[in-house]
Amino acid sequence: MYYLTLATLLLIYATLALSLNLITGLAGQVTLGHAAFFGIGAYVLAFLIAHGVDFWLALAAAGAAAGATGLALGAISLRLREDFLAIATIAINFVVVALFLYLPFFGGAFGMSDIAGPFGALGTLLSTAVLFLLALALHESVRASDLGLALIALRESEQAAEALGVNVKRFKVTAFSLGTAMAGVAGGLYAAYVGVIHPHDFGFPLSVTLLAMVAIGGMGTLWGPVLGAVVLGGFAQAFAFIHNYQAVLFGLLLALVMRYRPQGLLGRRA
Amino acid sequence: MSGLEVHGLSKAFGGLRAVAGVSLTAEPGRVLGLFGPNGAGKTTVFNLIAGALRPDKGRVLLDGHDITRLPAYRRAQRGLARTFQVVKPLNELTVMDNVMVPLAHQRLRRLLPLHRYRTPAREQRARALLEQVGLLEQADAPAGALPLGMKKRLEVARALALEPKVLLLDEPLAGLSLQDARLVLDVVHAAREAAAVVLIEHNVRLAMAACDRAVVMEAGAVIAAGVPDEVKRDPKVITAYLGKEGADA
Repeated sequence: MYYLTLATLLLIYATLALSLNLITGLAGQVTLGHAAFFGIGAYVLAFLIAHGVDFWLALAAAGAAAGATGLALGAISLRLREDFLAIATIAINFVVVALFLYLPFFGGAFGMSDIAGPFGALGTLLSTAVLFLLALALHESVRASDLGLALIALRESEQAAEALGVNVKRFKVTAFSLGTAMAGVAGGLYAAYVGVIHPHDFGFPLSVTLLAMVAIGGMGTLWGPVLGAVVLGGFAQAFAFIHNYQAVLFGLLLALVMRYRPQGLLGRRA
Repeated sequence: MSGLEVHGLSKAFGGLRAVAGVSLTAEPGRVLGLFGPNGAGKTTVFNLIAGALRPDKGRVLLDGHDITRLPAYRRAQRGLARTFQVVKPLNELTVMDNVMVPLAHQRLRRLLPLHRYRTPAREQRARALLEQVGLLEQADAPAGALPLGMKKRLEVARALALEPKVLLLDEPLAGLSLQDARLVLDVVHAAREAAAVVLIEHNVRLAMAACDRAVVMEAGAVIAAGVPDEVKRDPKVITAYLGKEGADA
């Protein structure tokens, strides 16, 4: 049972890391608020299930709600660059968590409980595995496509990309909405799996951890974010007994990777 | 008319009038040289034509269509190509993939362009372009690893990949060896078959020879225009630019 739980969690982390990689790795837009979209997916699913909506419909709505919010963040990103964008995304994360806390129908600090998913533990593992495989496939088809080429081009130089016929604004927004929608679906599955969610499950620390997963594994690559998710997710479980000091370990790991392998464990650099 | 028409283009940065009422035309099959001392506003004119900057006044016409309000990428899609004075290679992409970006611009109009970007037809086209600028051997190298001369040639290849009607080249020869410069001039010569070429260049001697017409700017305004031989002898030009260069030499 423990390994089932661990595998399910790691698959969700890996899906999240891949979704973040579309935005930060491919399109180069650093965001420190990705957990908010994971949370939006989780809360939307929980809310809809509580109101008797069919699970699959609720899961689709979770992705759509996160993606639509991501679209708004994408629009903000058009006006801000690099560190300013990162700060704005932190603010978005805090605002979203505050909304979870203060909107009455989201259950406040107690969160939402009794979220009934349609499967047992094994079924949940299988459905997260399917979601992960879908995320892998989408990630790879984006990377090999005209869309992926446009995203990398605007990451490398917005001015050059624009001069070569790339609509930089539209493709930035596209990256944000795709990545956040994927995170929303992951959030929906997570909610159905754990059954109980709290606002602080989706806070800024998780956003930092997700970005660390991508950075440690290797931004822009396929298996880098997956490896990062397994390493950091596994770490969190292995060192669960020093819960309060985990952040120190993550920080140390991130610092070591940045010092000795700045392109990430699986990254290649020109 | 076909080609590029610029009417009364003006741009001020704060109190500084970088470009003040510049008009010029560039016809297909011709090379127009844009000359002038540092700070004359040449690159600003390019940025205004290409859409990287919005003009305060004036109009830009491409093949008779007013494109003054179009964003830069739409102008590129319509065949207005440019290179940058300070090269902007897409460093982590290979040389080949750098050329693939402009080749993809038709497909990029779709909402979710999820087709594979590497197609045999595009690769063939990219190879032909790279061969033209002498970069075929470097096709699989990351663009960031190229020396400056090759980056400059890559910029030219990328611009040509848009099948331009108008080609704006911002100091494509600066920093190149004489051999590389000749290669680029040959490419420019070949490109004007299909396009109106506008060339900014500091190497006046080399560039004047490649131009059919020349425009000289000083302090944001055009001070002389005509065939290169006449322009070179214009007293205003000699004081503004050639004279200064003579004094420097």
